[in-house]
Order: sequence, then C-alpha cells, then structure tokens
Amino acid sequence: MLVALRCVIHRDLLLAARRSSDVLTVLLFFVIVVSLFPLGVGSDPALLRTIAPGVIWVAALLASMLALQRMFASDHADGTLEQMLLGATPLGMTVAAKVLAHWLVSGLPLVLISPVLALQFDFPRELLGVLALSLALGTPVLSLIGAIGAALTLGLRGGGALLSLLVLPLYVPVLIIGAGSAEAAAAGIGGQAQLLLLGAFLVFAGAFAPWATAVALRISVE
Amino acid sequence: MEKPSGIPSLEAVDLHCARGERRLFSALSFTLRGGELLRIAGANGAGKTSLLRIACGLLEPTLGEVRWAGENIRRLQEEFWRQLVYIGHANAIKDDLTAAENLHVACTLAGVRVQPARIDEALRRLGLAGCQNLPARVLSQGQRRRVALARLPLSEAMPLWILDEPFAALDAAAVECVQNLIAEHLSRGAGVILTTHFEARITTAATLRIDLEAS
Repeated sequence: MLVALRCVIHRDLLLAARRSSDVLTVLLFFVIVVSLFPLGVGSDPALLRTIAPGVIWVAALLASMLALQRMFASDHADGTLEQMLLGATPLGMTVAAKVLAHWLVSGLPLVLISPVLALQFDFPRELLGVLALSLALGTPVLSLIGAIGAALTLGLRGGGALLSLLVLPLYVPVLIIGAGSAEAAAAGIGGQAQLLLLGAFLVFAGAFAPWATAVALRISVE
Repeated sequence: MEKPSGIPSLEAVDLHCARGERRLFSALSFTLRGGELLRIAGANGAGKTSLLRIACGLLEPTLGEVRWAGENIRRLQEEFWRQLVYIGHANAIKDDLTAAENLHVACTLAGVRVQPARIDEALRRLGLAGCQNLPARVLSQGQRRRVALARLPLSEAMPLWILDEPFAALDAAAVECVQNLIAEHLSRGAGVILTTHFEARITTAATLRIDLEAS
C-alpha cells in the first residue's frame, strides 16, 4: 500500500515538474496580489505593518483556491481517476497522497516565499517565523478542505465558480485564526494559542477530509 | 507465473439500470465462472459501458446487485478490486509521462508490483518496442490504447478482466495479439468480460453472450 501511495506522490510531482507553468502561475499570482497592496494603500509603514498578515493570508487563500480545480480534473478527464477508484489501496489513502502532492506543489512554495513578501510591508523580522509557521500549518488545511469541494464539483459545468462558493466559507475560520496568530504575536501576546488551534485543524482535517473526498469522488464519477 | 487458483464466480442478480429518465436494461442476470468469456453486444447507447461499470463497482445499479464469490462487491470493495483489471474507454494515460512510466503507475495503482524489465517486455509484446521512453503525447491513438492494454500481460494473476472496447483503435496485428492474451488468460481459468462491436475470434470452450437492445 505504501508503494502505491509513494507512486501517486511521485507521479504527481513528476507531472508538476514537467508542466511547471501551472506551478509558477499560482506562485506568481500570490506574489503579485501581495505586492499590489503596498501600491494601492500607500506607503504608511504603520498601516502596512498592521495589514501584512491579513493580506498575505487572503492572498494565500485565493492562490490555493486557484490551484484547487486542477487537483482531480485531469485525472478525471483521462480516466486515471477510475483506476484510482478501482485501485488496491483504499481510496481515502490515495486521496491523502494526492492532497499531499498538491500541497507540496502549490502550498509549500507560498509558505517559503511569504517571509520575503512580508518584508515589503516592513513586517517585524522576528515575527516572520510565526507568519511562515501559521501558513505552513494553515495551507495544508486549505488543500484538504478544498479537496472535498474539488471532488464534489468534478465534471460540472461552471464548476470553478461553484467551487469558490462552496469552499470559501469553509476557509473563513482558518483565515481568522491564521492571520490572527501573526497579529497576536505582533501585539506582544504571542501567537501560540492560534498556532495550536491551526495544528488541531490540520490534524482534524487530515484525518477526515480524505475520506469525505473519497465519498465525493465516488458520487461524482457515477 | 502463478496460476489464479480456485477462481470465484461473478454473479449479476436481477440488475436494473436507468440513466436519467432512460431505462437501459432491467432484470438482467448472469453468472460468469472461471474460464468463461462474457461478450456484451449491443448498439451504441444500449448500456454496454454502464453494465461494465456496474460489474466493476464504479456505478451503482438502480436495483439488483453484483456478487463476487457470493458477496456483494459494494461490500467487498478493495478486496474485489485487488482481483480485477478494468480497462475502460479512457486509456488513463498521462501525456507528460512516458509509456513505461504510465504502465508502471497503472500497475502500481492496481496493486501489481512489476520490475522494469517486465514492463519493457509487456510493451514489446503489444508492439511498442522502442516507444518505452517516449512521452505519451507523441503516441498515436492506437499506440496509446496499446499502452493501456499492456497491463494485461502483467496482470496474469488477476482472476477477472473487464475490458471496454479493447479493440477500439487497434490495427489487425494488435487485435490478434490482444485476442491471444485473452485466450491465454481464459485457458488459465480466469474470467473475462468484454464489449466489442465485431465478433472476436477467441476460441474457448465457454462463451456467454448478452445482447442489450437499444431502447
């Protein structure tokens, strides 16, 4: 079973590497959206410092939204998804492997580049770690929740718009707590509480979302 | 090659299938024992693919059930799928992977461990020698079908093959090759279900046939 999971992850990473424009689109979208804010709201350093976590979190959320539709679409179109459904590995495990690969390709780059972007906002250097950590815990939750939506809207016309309507409300708690962690740390009360909550979200979503996604995929493929 | 031993039979009991408002078939029953070939015939849109998808558990029948070794396949799930090869309309081939990589992924997903040498051998058997390391993007429709069907020689231990239009897009030589593969598999005592528009020349003792009427 582990062999099959490793194979799925390896395959998805290989596909992403051979089609790197998809990966770069998400990353560039994130960079550009974040960079537009200082241009738009002016250069008052106090204001920028205040809005930095929120802006970066909202941009990360939209970027991960952008990548969601691709999670199952091409496998659905070429029939690989059917083979996964009929695979020897429980579908929930296969889905978990796919979500992990998807996050490595579309979430991890955002986490890694976020400290650089935060510098544009004159965000205190000692708090960059908290911000990056909150994204590192939060973006996998976004991918896991988004996978359920992507599976439900698979093969629907106008699925993209429906997917945002379905998934964005579910992202709200992650956004509030994620952005809140860096804000709390900036206010000097430490962000541990929020980070622990994000960790709890991640454990919870990691345990349940793949199985919910598996059920949704079976419904979509019928 | 290990022989699949004590092959269970696949039983369809009183299947009804409706897609949307249209009733495709009703009260359909059959039993496929090891060593038997089931050929499903019928016009376009008669429900051949739906029947295959029901038989492998991708689609839930409106009524009725499919049993493998006496157990409903929707309860068996992976236990049944581990013994099944399903090759559908879609080839499940990724354009950006090479033929050999595609075949390796397909086998691993199905739970079959294969060595690279055996993958090359299977591709050669299907007439794809020299294409192993070409990306599937540059292969023709027929060659892509051959890559999908190259799973068959690697799945000799699977007691049930379900093939949807296996001969579509294939040339005469490849059709011959796939027919031989199926005949060998039947002689090993395994069951095969397939849909095809033309009379496949597979010499075997037992051929069942279901004709679906276009409604």
